[in-house]
Amino acid sequence: MTHVTPERLQEMQAEYAARISEPNIRHLFICGGTGCHATGSLKVKDALHEEIAKHGLEDRVRVVETGCNGFCALGPLMVVHPDNVFYQKMTREDVAEIVSEHLVNNAPIERLMYKDPQSKKRVPLFSDIPFFALQKPWTLRNKGIINPESIEDYIGREGYMGLSKALLQMQPAEIIDEMKKAGIRGRGGAGFPTGMKWSFAAQNDSDIKYVLCNADEGDPGAFMDRSILEADPHAVLEGMTIAARAINATEGYIYCRSEYPLAIKRVQIAIDQAREMGLLGENILGTDFSFDIFIYQGAGAFVCGEETALMRSIEGKRGMPIPRPPFPAAQGLWKKPTILNNVETLANVAQIMVNGGEWYSSVGTENSKGTKVFALSGDVNNIGLVEVPMGTSLRSIVYDIGGGIPKKRKLKAVQLGGPSGGCIPEDHMDVVVDYEEIAKVGAIMGSGGVIVMDDKTCMVDMARFFLEFIQEESCGKCTPCREGTRRQLEILERICEGHGKPEDITLIEELSEMITSSALCGLGQTASNPVLSVLRHFREEFEAHIFEKKCPAKRCPALVDFKVINERCKKCGKCASVCPVGAVEWKKKEVAKINTDICVQCMSCYSACPFDAID
Amino acid sequence: MNTLELTINGKVYAFTQGETILDVARRNDIFIPTLCYLKNASPTGACRMCVVEVKGARSLVASCTAPAGAGMDVQTESKSVVKSRKMNLELLLSSGSHDCLLCPSTGDCRLQDLAFRYNATGKRFERTKPKYQPDFSNPFLIRDFSKCILCGRCVQACKEVQVNNAIDYGYRGSDAKIIAKCDLPLGDSDCVFCGECLQVCPVGALSLKKARQKPRVCETEVVRTTCAYCGVGCQMNLHVKDNVVQMVNGVDAIPNHGSLCVKGRFGMQFINSDERLKTPLIRKNGELVAAEWGEALSLIAEKLGEYKEKNGADSIGVLASARCTNEENYLFQKFARAVIGTNNVDHCARY
Repeated sequence: MTHVTPERLQEMQAEYAARISEPNIRHLFICGGTGCHATGSLKVKDALHEEIAKHGLEDRVRVVETGCNGFCALGPLMVVHPDNVFYQKMTREDVAEIVSEHLVNNAPIERLMYKDPQSKKRVPLFSDIPFFALQKPWTLRNKGIINPESIEDYIGREGYMGLSKALLQMQPAEIIDEMKKAGIRGRGGAGFPTGMKWSFAAQNDSDIKYVLCNADEGDPGAFMDRSILEADPHAVLEGMTIAARAINATEGYIYCRSEYPLAIKRVQIAIDQAREMGLLGENILGTDFSFDIFIYQGAGAFVCGEETALMRSIEGKRGMPIPRPPFPAAQGLWKKPTILNNVETLANVAQIMVNGGEWYSSVGTENSKGTKVFALSGDVNNIGLVEVPMGTSLRSIVYDIGGGIPKKRKLKAVQLGGPSGGCIPEDHMDVVVDYEEIAKVGAIMGSGGVIVMDDKTCMVDMARFFLEFIQEESCGKCTPCREGTRRQLEILERICEGHGKPEDITLIEELSEMITSSALCGLGQTASNPVLSVLRHFREEFEAHIFEKKCPAKRCPALVDFKVINERCKKCGKCASVCPVGAVEWKKKEVAKINTDICVQCMSCYSACPFDAID
Repeated sequence: MNTLELTINGKVYAFTQGETILDVARRNDIFIPTLCYLKNASPTGACRMCVVEVKGARSLVASCTAPAGAGMDVQTESKSVVKSRKMNLELLLSSGSHDCLLCPSTGDCRLQDLAFRYNATGKRFERTKPKYQPDFSNPFLIRDFSKCILCGRCVQACKEVQVNNAIDYGYRGSDAKIIAKCDLPLGDSDCVFCGECLQVCPVGALSLKKARQKPRVCETEVVRTTCAYCGVGCQMNLHVKDNVVQMVNGVDAIPNHGSLCVKGRFGMQFINSDERLKTPLIRKNGELVAAEWGEALSLIAEKLGEYKEKNGADSIGVLASARCTNEENYLFQKFARAVIGTNNVDHCARY
């Protein structure tokens, strides 16, 4: 093992810069995140290698498999550097053309370029695509650029400079001060100031202390942490090592769910590389500071993202929350002082050390500093990973970066914070990304899942979905969460099935109050948020389900009776062609008619009608 | 050092560092209901019945786990506390089959007591059907999961009091169940049938197989005694009805602090056994014949005297019983040494 020196780190940066800007050399950054793997990016990569060899371009083209690029819905995707060209939805069959036309003849292929969903025009340059142009990639600074399995690439992009500075030029207390100055708050969702968390653990004397990384990302629709680990694993290791130095910890664990095999593989490679270069393990960077990191694979229980349950799980016990105090900073893993930070929080630490806390806090709102990564999904054109400065409005995220709602539908609400969060309706879209501002409208920042819902979404059904999730993921320890959420789900199910009772809304509210105020852990305490926020913003939908036995969004099959609105019907017959049971009676040049005796409320006609003529 | 004080229901009480709100309340005879709290085990905070209102706290606080803090202003029966407890009870009562008419624990059930106190009927929600069948597979106790409230006292008793680690929570959410390893029947698990779980169960989920329903614990008379099995001297309460020991519970006193072993708890049938010896027996012409104590003792004295005279005192050995008390065993060795004159004294526990 050779210990790398700070001087060598500088040299490696220069080598990388030279390598990446070498004249007449093209770099093909092909996305190798889980999403793109699923859509076939590895096959495209193999085909690229073959085709490049066929044309004898091996010396002039380098194919780099990067981590998640962020624009997941368009995979497999690739950026050609330095041409600044972005290709989407590539297939093996496209590869020959890409190589012969673009790489050989310098003629980029227009049909594979990004098409703006509003203007329907192709965007030739990567940097002009609004989805990328409007983001501020700080946490995701290396995404789509480096090979996550290469420590040389990471070091080339200022990697381990933060650690070098923290170890050689700073005292532990100064590291914590810098974090406090940065004002960064926990990105797992609760938003506790990170610097303060570290200072508590630093104050507690102990021969053994732990730094834990929470990679047990479990919110439906959230994939920020997975993408960070897949794209830039060293950033998390470096953040953890700096944290360890700050509190004088000796060991660290990354608690990652085993459903993230690619992330686990890349983090393990990163750990091995860092150990090999003396950036982890004994005497890091030649100093007397030693720290090592291990991966602990969780079995995918949502509740293991709760800090006390996570620690019990690492201890080999059943992942169930325990009461606090004692807080982990005093007695955490194996009753030793422990800090637990989210992947995203830790990925920011090194940059804060390099550039200073003031640099970080220069962006954001008064109490929410820096940037936040969101996983944008649902009824939105540009599905993917976005990073925006705190203070950006939700409207901007959905419309400017997200490209608006598909099929010219209207935005109904945005669900923020997953099963612990709430929905924010269209008329509150100007709320900005800020822990307190978002709480004011009944949601929480959460870990970063943003689910966009259009006007065909039934909010009662949405609340039911999240409660079903919570009920399945409750550990079963405390009565309010175990029994209370089951009853809430039962009530919502009967409302969606058309058996809602007039007193149900009161009962849900009473249960919510009891569960929120008396559940043992955060999972239970926040479990009622989705249903409460729907009651707050869409109470009339609840009432329609209960009193009129109608689902205004037409999502609850038991409450739907479809009929054709004659004035709107253009007699196209699409409804008749998609109906699986032959319930639509239609003849050419005639208005369609739905036979409700045969109709099974599958909604096929409703979704297929281009003119909204079925209601 | 300044004395630490907090206010409970408007009155000021002193406390020492490390006490929980519940500790302070109990010490001062202030009622706070609990279902999962188990003395001598670390609090789990599972049942949320002991919640109290602390001024300034953002939610209700579980008093069994919350450390008492100087200046705290605690309300143990405020409107929101009572509302929360009542809803909690409604949820518990409607889950499973809490049918007091047919329950062996009626009259000795904490859930029943609290339902009465907080006027909870269990009728706010539809009763759910029991998910798991009762387990009758072992000779000692019945596990009726339809009555289990998952308070986890049995788990704590097994883990932290008896340190057997035979049972724990299994499955998740509303499917949760207290299981032995791999959800096997208790008899196939690491369970040693000490019965600690049975004693701490606050409801009728765990009941004694022998005493099922006839009679209920609440009908019995409690007789305190010392266990006769070994020399530890565990203190126990015999639950007696019609001069028959129906059930045994440990007493929270020195030396056993409430715990018992499998023999002490379940091995009491001999008391009322028909085969039990009630008089001394003397073998006459190869047959054991009932005799008076006077006759028997005279025969023993006569025979021992003969052997001693003929073969010397050391030809006689004395074997004492672990089921005697210390005092009885002391007297017995005294008898060996002073009366017979031998040091050949030993004890059945060595064989």
